[in-house]
Amino acid sequence: MVNGEVVQLAVQPHRTLLEMLRYQLDLIGSKQGCDKGDCGACTVQIDGVPRLSCITLALHAEGREITTVEGLGAAHGGCHPLQDAFDRWDAAQCGFCTPGILMSAEALLRKVGGEVTRTQVREALAGNLCRCTGYTKIIDAVVDASRPQAAETDDTSATEEAAQ
Amino acid sequence: MLRLPRFDMVSPTTVDGVVAALQTPGARLVAGGTDILPNLKHRLDRPPVLVDLGRVAELRTIDVDGDVLRIGAGMTLTEVSEHPRVREHFPSLSQAAGLVASPLIRNMGTIGGNVNLDTRCRYVNQTDFWRSAIGGCLKSEGDVCHVVPGGKLCVAAMSSDCVPVLISLGATIVQVGPNGRRELALETFYTADGTQHTAREDGEVSTELRVPLPKGPRRATYSKWSVRGSIDFPLVSVALRIDLAQDAVSSVVQDVVAVVGVLGSRPRVVTRLDDAVGLKLSDPAFATAVATRVHAQCKPLENVPYEAPYRRQMLRVHTRRAIEALVDAG
Ligand SMILES: Cc1cc2nc3c(=O)[nH]c(=O)nc-3n(C[C@H](O)[C@H](O)[C@H](O)COP(=O)(O)OP(=O)(O)OC[C@H]3O[C@@H](n4cnc5c(N)ncnc54)[C@H](O)[C@@H]3O)c2cc1C
Ligand code: SF4
Ligand code: FES
Ligand code: FES
Repeated sequence: MVNGEVVQLAVQPHRTLLEMLRYQLDLIGSKQGCDKGDCGACTVQIDGVPRLSCITLALHAEGREITTVEGLGAAHGGCHPLQDAFDRWDAAQCGFCTPGILMSAEALLRKVGGEVTRTQVREALAGNLCRCTGYTKIIDAVVDASRPQAAETDDTSATEEAAQ
Repeated sequence: MLRLPRFDMVSPTTVDGVVAALQTPGARLVAGGTDILPNLKHRLDRPPVLVDLGRVAELRTIDVDGDVLRIGAGMTLTEVSEHPRVREHFPSLSQAAGLVASPLIRNMGTIGGNVNLDTRCRYVNQTDFWRSAIGGCLKSEGDVCHVVPGGKLCVAAMSSDCVPVLISLGATIVQVGPNGRRELALETFYTADGTQHTAREDGEVSTELRVPLPKGPRRATYSKWSVRGSIDFPLVSVALRIDLAQDAVSSVVQDVVAVVGVLGSRPRVVTRLDDAVGLKLSDPAFATAVATRVHAQCKPLENVPYEAPYRRQMLRVHTRRAIEALVDAG
């Protein structure tokens, strides 16, 4: 399963999950940075847990559920509250690290299930390097997206339903 | 872009299936893949087949078995670090597992892979292109050592965060292979040869680590220093276990074990700590006595970044600070 869709694919055993996503499925949101586990640009979720796809074999993903940044907004009308917050806080500069950071951050928000602290964000993103932003705005954006009002202002239908 | 060499892969679902699959000459195990896959991308080996441990349910348990805690080799470092039994009985192990690399790598890397982690060296953990400039070394394509010129033995560094802690806690490791099951003290599992640094025999898989539950009051901690607070391998690595007469830091120390990693290929169990035994844990003389022995017996090499003399000084400093932190925590 990739982003909620069943995918059947012939993959060579020595292909990484990142190579399969980028070069066989054309899902180029996940980035190839260091390609050896140092930078986090290739972070995807496997069964909801963030992992590095550049050092995961594609065959490891067989029968498991993969979510990439392309699938992040699916349950939110195309744009996840985190993506909206990254936009509002200017949390992406070149944007190379952003897809990986979003996948780590989403797992944190799900785990905590409420407002997160800056320390929690720093710890959760400790495997995702950013060479541009200095991290401050990334942390601002993740904390903001974890606040209940951020989700409500984003999802107008939910607000309307709540008002009725 | 770093490509993997071609190999085949098999994914058995039982330990017996793993042992059978390991009969193929040159077959290698892959668990989380966070060590072996970067090494294969660097062409440090070219196995014909990888035997995947990711679908072996038997390796994925943590439970109390009599007076030991059994930790299945397939448990991830995140799972080990966060497990309630580990936290309750072995806070230093929870601490060390939680300090490995980054959260992403801890979600993938297993404890079995961590104790079987290949040794590391600045001259070997590089691309084959980089290594070709220096003609390789004993651990790769060459026949010399760049760390100890003239040396006949590779001294690449045992760089696991969990190993010094597990040794300090008296852990044993269970190996299953074509000749059955054997259990050995983790302390005896490592050898001084960085190209073949464990006592693993051909065709064996580690199935579990067995850590004896504490019999009396104790304090245990792990001290890691690396340049960045995350991602990096340890450059200074000290595990301490202090058994006490009573459950208070003002109590007399009955036994103390200090194990140091990132020296050569084998962690060092510091000896002659008897002059520290009998002092109170909170007595500054205790911290000084342990730190002095650690400094005297541990000689880091130029096999990992940062100057060896600096790291040697820091061994003393971090040992002392770790003990002070235990005292402050009460
Ligand atoms: C950027 C980066 C930073 C890192 N930082 C650290 C760090 O700070 N501290 C640290 O300790 N490690 C670090 N590591 C190394 C590694 O991630 C961990 O040691 C991890 O626990 C390895 O486990 P794995 O399951 O991924 O091992 P794998 O890569 O799957 O295997 C490692 C080795 O062990 C063998 N093996 C695996 N499982 C078994 C088994 N059950 N029985 C017998 N042999 C087995 C494999 O054949 C292979 O030789 C880092 C790695 C990277 C890429
Ligand atoms: S210690 Fe020497 S032989 Fe071993 S990897 Fe380093 S340079 Fe090579
Ligand atoms: S590309 Fe995977 S960690 Fe850098
Ligand atoms: S925005 Fe450029 S790397 Fe993070």
